[in-house]
Amino acid sequence: MKKILKLKKDTRKNLITYGMIILAFLIVRFLSASGNISSAFRGQLVPICVYIVMAVSLNLTVGILGELSLGHAGFMSLGAFTGVIAAIILQGSVSNPLRLAIAMVLGAVIAGIAGLVVGVPALRLRGDYLAIVTLAFGEIIKNIINTLYVGIGENGFRISMVNAESLNLGERGTVIMNGPMGAVGIPKLATFASGFILIMVTLFIVLNLQNSRSGRAIMAVRDNRIAAESVGISVTRYKLMAFIISATLAGAAGALYALNFSTVVARKFDFNTSILILVFVVLGGMGNIRGSIIAATVLTVLPELLRAFNNYRMLLYAVILILVMLVSNNEQLKNMTKKFKGFFKIKRPSDLKGGTARE
Amino acid sequence: MSSRLLKTPMVPFPSRAIIPARDLDKPPILEVSRLGIDFGGLAAVDDFSIIIGRTEIAGLIGPNGAGKTTVFNLLTKVYQPSSGAILLDGKDTSGMNTVQINKAGIARTFQNIRLFSSLTVEDNVRIGLHNHLNSNVFFDIFRLPGYWKSERQAHQMTLELLSIFGMEHMIHYKAGSLPYGAQRRLEIVRALATKPKLLLLDEPAAGMNPSETEELMRNIIEIRDALGIAILLIEHDMKLVMGICEGIAVLNYGRIIAKGTAEEIQTNDEVIEAYLGEKKEA
Ligand SMILES: Nc1ncnc2c1ncn2[C@@H]1O[C@H](COP(=O)(O)OP(=O)(O)OP(=O)(O)O)[C@@H](O)[C@H]1O
Ligand SMILES: [Mg+2]
Repeated sequence: MKKILKLKKDTRKNLITYGMIILAFLIVRFLSASGNISSAFRGQLVPICVYIVMAVSLNLTVGILGELSLGHAGFMSLGAFTGVIAAIILQGSVSNPLRLAIAMVLGAVIAGIAGLVVGVPALRLRGDYLAIVTLAFGEIIKNIINTLYVGIGENGFRISMVNAESLNLGERGTVIMNGPMGAVGIPKLATFASGFILIMVTLFIVLNLQNSRSGRAIMAVRDNRIAAESVGISVTRYKLMAFIISATLAGAAGALYALNFSTVVARKFDFNTSILILVFVVLGGMGNIRGSIIAATVLTVLPELLRAFNNYRMLLYAVILILVMLVSNNEQLKNMTKKFKGFFKIKRPSDLKGGTARE
Repeated sequence: MSSRLLKTPMVPFPSRAIIPARDLDKPPILEVSRLGIDFGGLAAVDDFSIIIGRTEIAGLIGPNGAGKTTVFNLLTKVYQPSSGAILLDGKDTSGMNTVQINKAGIARTFQNIRLFSSLTVEDNVRIGLHNHLNSNVFFDIFRLPGYWKSERQAHQMTLELLSIFGMEHMIHYKAGSLPYGAQRRLEIVRALATKPKLLLLDEPAAGMNPSETEELMRNIIEIRDALGIAILLIEHDMKLVMGICEGIAVLNYGRIIAKGTAEEIQTNDEVIEAYLGEKKEA
């Protein structure tokens, strides 16, 4: 205990965050073993873990890097469908936990590559272009996946954009993705334990990054781009670093999410989902990792808790959201509004100017 | 103090420009020739030439809007010059960007303070040390030995740098919450953390009271003496400029109207007129 008190403030804060997650995991485990958890809530466990990872990873882009992303669900979607394809292809050849791990890693890698492709053009520009580009990215990914037919059969792995028949899978073939019907016949590999591990890995990456040379460079870019460049920090490099890590984690979360259901459609990962995750981040506090965890958990559980109110459920949800916003009418929220204002403002070269005001 | 400096002999180099005699045996740190930039037809800086010695404290003065800050923005490539050449330590800097300029040896402070205000004093200095620390993102995330070594080094160097201004006790304060004078000093520390050969200070004494300014003058000389670097500063406080600057250039409407030592500048008719003219308008 004495040792913990002696640790640096940041380290102590991080340990509390890890401890909180471990404690929550153990409590749920215990309640579940003693039969004290409703099946409805049990079904929510993996999605809660996924949304926590989504919120924490988006916080890396929005809170720590200070760039607005409106398409985080797009990366989740890529991870989800990549993960499903990997899991079905590997059916029978490796053990289930390993299959889940491979599916998540592949989902993460593909989402990370997409992050690079989206980030390179958008983040090299000055100004809030990332918001528009990610918004478009999310929509494009959704529409592409909606027209994809994927399967494995006697001719091996096949992709088509016409229809399922054109895949020519033969008698014993399996359709993995069926256009607008989404992925079907998904093996349910996701478990609460794997969700817990993914959260811990995400926290490990994001918190360690935040308290390091690389993380400080990212925050320097956020706080003052011109000053960061003046001390020799390559702005594009660190923006890309944060954005790609953020996309990668979203990909892993997407794979875990999809492998928790028997079917998944691309529409699930639309603009509304991106905004929902952004709401978790804003309510939890920009750059506040523990806040993101709490906001994601509460706001995922809340609609279920309000089920008793039937038709008034979403109305109550909205009222509670507004109340929380009013109560937490704080720095972070104001920063967010500023960010949105900046987004719609036309940048003038005079913004760069040394300033002539006597200070 | 100031009298000691004012007696530094200034010698022509190579012909019209003057630098301190002690810097003559080494090539100058900065040679700028005919630098210029237009902002939509308006020549904010025009035909700007200057030479600065290795260990010189030089001053750039002029009325409001004369183009002083713009010169700093040109030297650090915040703006790309539309004409002219900048040789830093004998090397041509054309085509370099702000980041490369810093790596090549120029660090600066800003007239309108630009700290990383949500971060601590320590973080601000450690960010300045960025290119002198050996960790990388892989070491950082997995907390490998390279991370710990780099963090220890950073802490040590941060304390040393802050001790220039006796600010070690402020290490955990948020930069944005510091009093004005301390913010200006922190910006200097952050700039020094990048280990520059030439330090550019844009109105370092702005907002400081007379005793703070006097201390700052001593600090600037100490920094130059301890690190052996050159310093070019913009300042409206004439006591500071005349007290510590060896060579001074006067800018008006984007052009240099006089260059010389403090005495020469103070008795220059064109300079007097430029400043009186400003007073009349104001
Ligand atoms: N990015 C820009 N776009 C257009 N005009 C600019 C820009 N930056 C500076 N200027 C103009 O160039 C001129 C010089 O400005 P600068 O800030 O360099 O003056 P200064 O000498 O530093 O003045 P002060 O003593 O008030 O700081 C001014 O007329 C200013 O309005
Ligand atoms: Mg200025």
